Amino acid sequence: MKLWWIILAAGMITYAIRLSFILALERMKIPDWFARGLRYVPPAVLSAIIVPELANWNGAVLLSWQNPQILAGIVAIVVAWRTRSVVLTLAAGLACFLLLSWPA
Amino acid sequence: MSDSRWREFLSGVRDEAPILLGVVPFGMIFGALAVHQGLSPFAAQTTSSIIFAGSAQFIAVQLLGAGASAVVILMVVFVVNIRHALYSASVAPHIAHLKPIWKYVLAYLLTDEAYVVAITNYDKHGVSPTRHWYFLGAGITLWSSWQVSTLIGILAGGSMGENWPVGFALPLTFIALVIPGLKDRPSVAAAITAGVIGLLTFHFPYKTGLLLAAFCGIAAGLWLEKRKK
Repeated sequence: MKLWWIILAAGMITYAIRLSFILALERMKIPDWFARGLRYVPPAVLSAIIVPELANWNGAVLLSWQNPQILAGIVAIVVAWRTRSVVLTLAAGLACFLLLSWPA
Repeated sequence: MSDSRWREFLSGVRDEAPILLGVVPFGMIFGALAVHQGLSPFAAQTTSSIIFAGSAQFIAVQLLGAGASAVVILMVVFVVNIRHALYSASVAPHIAHLKPIWKYVLAYLLTDEAYVVAITNYDKHGVSPTRHWYFLGAGITLWSSWQVSTLIGILAGGSMGENWPVGFALPLTFIALVIPGLKDRPSVAAAITAGVIGLLTFHFPYKTGLLLAAFCGIAAGLWLEKRKK
């Protein structure tokens, strides 16, 4: 029984967070610096997710060629920059990753 | 349904699709882990539909299995998911004109993966009278795959999915989405700063490093923007 309350409360907390600014910002005027700051949310959050994820090798930071995700990530960045294609970026990154981790 | 709504919806579905390569294995691992930690199949599935937040679900289920108290679990869920407040603020101006029901539905669908796809589309194409259908298409695609992959994990149990190399697809897709948006120096500075701080705070618990890194990145972008003027 207690389990169900925990799941429900966790769901409500998560939902309240996701709803927070969507509802709050319709009631107040957005300060200028806040609006400008929002422009940097996607690059900042995504990079904060991507970089540690690429560096993460078996649960620890490994910044070396031993970690195939580093080179595969760099290849993906170059392909994304040149082609702007999600499919090509994914294909190049995965191919590079699989090739590098093949012998292991 | 008018054509343009349907077209928007389908573009959202299509653009969300590549991310699923990375999401599905995680959903499967979650389903298997939840059952392994003693949740009933129904409770495991409900977790995915009620909480609907990958990392928070993993941590919550592990804490449940370890016998943590309800207060601890809920506090951890709050801390792990607080980054969604940033997404909420980020999409708010784009959906401010919509009816309340849309806001309540889109907020429920506001995961990392749906946010990324939707905000990239808003940045690229701006707001239109039917653009929110794109967001809905991306969100529902992610939601359905999360539910189905959880179910597969529950049924299959064991360790399937754990060695699936395409789990790496998630950061790769994020790379494909973030790079074209780096159009000026403040954006590049925001990304680099957030990446470096993210590395330095790698060991911080419960994604607090991610939040700190994101704030530093945003501050760096604002600072450079101000200095240029």
